[in-house]
Amino acid sequence: MAFVRFADRPAFRNPWAEFERIRQGLDELSRTYVDKGKAQNRTNVYPALNIFEEGDRLIITAELPGVKIQDLELSLEGETLTIQGKRDNKQNDKSASYHRREIESGSFRRAITLPIKVDMEQIGAKLNNGILVITLAKASAATPRQIKVSAE
Amino acid sequence: MTEQELKIQEKKTANQGGETTKNETYFAPHVDIFETEKDVIVIADMPGVASESIDLSLEDNILTIQGHRAPQKQMGRILLEEYESGHYLRRFTVAETIDQEKIEASLADGVLRLRLPKVGPAQPKKIEIKIG
Repeated sequence: MAFVRFADRPAFRNPWAEFERIRQGLDELSRTYVDKGKAQNRTNVYPALNIFEEGDRLIITAELPGVKIQDLELSLEGETLTIQGKRDNKQNDKSASYHRREIESGSFRRAITLPIKVDMEQIGAKLNNGILVITLAKASAATPRQIKVSAE
Repeated sequence: MTEQELKIQEKKTANQGGETTKNETYFAPHVDIFETEKDVIVIADMPGVASESIDLSLEDNILTIQGHRAPQKQMGRILLEEYESGHYLRRFTVAETIDQEKIEASLADGVLRLRLPKVGPAQPKKIEIKIG
């Protein structure tokens, strides 16, 4: 045990100083996490989605490489949009010996609640080169209505 | 067996030699590589790339896969952004001798499939030693 001369000790020790130090450390930690995520919303549910709002339309895009059109299923119930499907990346060749395996096979299902009401009659979905683009039209109640101001 | 749930795989930025002048992101596509008796097959996930924007080259045993995405048009206000899109680039050193003339590539559903046929192994020549 090291000897500490009485005179070396601070005259008054703030009992909360340690807590303050921990708090600062935690703040710093959370800041670095935010920087890493670039303020993006990370999710664990496949597929990752981007959603855009353009005028009276809502556009949802997803990257779905290797998913065939017949294996993809979309449904809209109320305000819940469900995207589900599967990807089969199995090789029939038995003699194949793998060098790298990074692509996975499996099924996926994701349900999202749409931020606004949409018109059930006007839904378009396209799958092109592995990119899914869903175009939804906002319900007439959700589209901004111009209000005319008239002078009396 | 497709019961397994698919997970989101993080996109890794590709390592280019040197920086590009344009501020564009290159991602390393996820790949499967396997070898059969006759060929080496490379499968790469490159969603959003049209077949005419894929560049492939094999030089000095280095296979380069490059895919350019059409510039994205601005699609209004972003409500949710869970993934970034960019170009694709990945390089591999191929150990086997490949018959460059017979490389085949096909693209379907955003997945590139390359078939690199191996050159038949050179038959070791037997040298007979005659004892005179």
